[in-house]
Amino acid sequence: MTLWRPDPSFYPSARMAMDAPPERVAYVAALNYGRNDRPDEIRVVDVDPSSAGYGQVLTSLALSHSGDELHHFGWSACSSALCPNAPHPHLERRYLVVPGIRSSRIYIIDTKPDPRKPSIVKVIEPEEVFARTGYSRPHTVHCGPDAIYVSALGAAPGRGTGDGGPGGIFLLDHYSFEVLGPWELDRGDQHLAYDFWWHYGHDIMITSEWGVPRQFENGAVPDDLLGNRYGHRLHVWDLRRRRHLQTIDLGAEHQMVLELRPAHDPTKQYGFAGVVISTADLSGSVWTWYRDNGTFKAKKTITIPAEPADEGVLPPALKPFTAVPPLISDIDLSLDDRFLYVSCWGTGELKQYDVSDPFSPKQVGSIHIGGIVRRTPHGDSGPLNGGPQMVEISRDGRRVYFTNSLYSSWDEQFYPDGLAGWMVKADVSPNGGMTLDRRFFLASGDTRPHQVRLEGGDASTDTFCFPS
Amino acid sequence: MAAFGAFHGLNPGMGWLFALALGFQRRSERAIALALIPISAGHAVSVALVAGAILALGTRVSPRGLQIASACALLVFGAYKLRAFSRHPRWVGMQVNVLDLAWWSFLMATAHGAGLMIAPMLTTLSDAPHPAAIPLTLAVAVHTTSMLAVMALVAWIVYKKLGVAVLRTSWVNFDLIWAVALLIVGTVALL
Repeated sequence: MTLWRPDPSFYPSARMAMDAPPERVAYVAALNYGRNDRPDEIRVVDVDPSSAGYGQVLTSLALSHSGDELHHFGWSACSSALCPNAPHPHLERRYLVVPGIRSSRIYIIDTKPDPRKPSIVKVIEPEEVFARTGYSRPHTVHCGPDAIYVSALGAAPGRGTGDGGPGGIFLLDHYSFEVLGPWELDRGDQHLAYDFWWHYGHDIMITSEWGVPRQFENGAVPDDLLGNRYGHRLHVWDLRRRRHLQTIDLGAEHQMVLELRPAHDPTKQYGFAGVVISTADLSGSVWTWYRDNGTFKAKKTITIPAEPADEGVLPPALKPFTAVPPLISDIDLSLDDRFLYVSCWGTGELKQYDVSDPFSPKQVGSIHIGGIVRRTPHGDSGPLNGGPQMVEISRDGRRVYFTNSLYSSWDEQFYPDGLAGWMVKADVSPNGGMTLDRRFFLASGDTRPHQVRLEGGDASTDTFCFPS
Repeated sequence: MAAFGAFHGLNPGMGWLFALALGFQRRSERAIALALIPISAGHAVSVALVAGAILALGTRVSPRGLQIASACALLVFGAYKLRAFSRHPRWVGMQVNVLDLAWWSFLMATAHGAGLMIAPMLTTLSDAPHPAAIPLTLAVAVHTTSMLAVMALVAWIVYKKLGVAVLRTSWVNFDLIWAVALLIVGTVALL
């Protein structure tokens, strides 16, 4: 459809996005675990507090195939369409780009005309992804001004260097959703992939490292972890010239560098990276990357220690350590660049930090729910397993939604009693501090929720080209 | 000629928005003014190429023949743009120097057929049997100056008064208007 004026959900600056009306529905990736004949779903959850169905599933869109394993997904277009070097202001924030991380299939899901009743409009088959990009296991989706960027964790079957890598980034056309091809012209020493985002105003892309597919598809590989063979580096790229510029090694013991959250302010050049676990002491950490005289550096700014635990209550993988690691699986930064949320999936805690000074975060909030040992309930839910995992912040920063499933085979390792899905919401005070919303507890049993996307955009979707 | 220049100048995708963003990014009003100059230059080169082609062909083809040819080219191009008005070349990034900006603007103007659009008018500028260099040069200068003046005015008003929020309501679909305008100008020139 042709728009006459820009999509009203495109915002020149983060401040304008924060002042926009709140979201009414959330889209949630829902993994149909353990019933392999049934497909995964995109669920539409009512997040309008004035609605009778608040906190409940409005509709579920079943995918056309089974076994995809939904994970991350994203909007096809966002505020980046207003960026002046490649303006496409009359695109629409309308389609969700939803990859299956296990199948490498990509669904294009239309959220119009009724945002509560999305429909599949295109399916990109794995063979097409393999043939056109040389990659497999599509993961993070970001809407760029010129195309849709997607990270991929592995090489296509029969391609790459033989160990399942390299992973990288490929592009989709934002009108036709054609697979355009791999993004990199020169990948330098980058081999492992996971997340990516950018400092768009500075032509800089940052990417992170998890592992090659054999290191995650059937669960974490203890030998690889203890041998420090998961990713522990950040990569800096020239976004415009598609070339690798720099590698930042966080140290081999900092295993699995996952989520990347650059400052939303386009004049800034710093951001946060979450590290799942340190093999030195089982702690999790958050690093601040920053530019110093032209080169990028990174500094550990948050350390969350492991908590001692009885061998008896630990899953087999953790018994030898008599401690439960926080396992930082996701982080998210509010649009005003003020609050950073850190998911501790192992200990069952969501932490909130004031990062006004990005080099000295101050914890200002904490919520316990689930956890390998604690099993903290939500109200009178009874003991819960899983822990805070994918976290999404509303544009205005006043609400935080989070879910508890990490990745099917890892869920089994760390919660072997069978992870039961839930999604919850917390209310945030303007100056920090948060409380769980008693009215919002969405239990989903075997259907395991993963990433959440909010109507009209959220804190990990949009790129802004104008400062607030 | 001046009106076409003004229309280009109004379109945020043609330059003033880029200049404005660079101003915000670098926190400098001066950066806006400095960016507009290479943007205008790139645009002028694109238009001048068309003027040059008319000058070269003018010795061999009659003015009416040139006008018909340029009108047909416009109609074909306009029909294409109507189908694919939202398509643009792949741009530069956000960290740009003077040459980048000029090149970006040249690509923009060329891809949108900015020179092509004024071609039918350029063929009628001279009383002589063949197009002449001086009126053509003047035409390109008038067009570019008009564009620069409008870009500067719009950028200044948005920077000082309105703020970029105005983009959300006022950035109408110039690409679509442009495609229709190409077709109208082509038709008028043909008749």
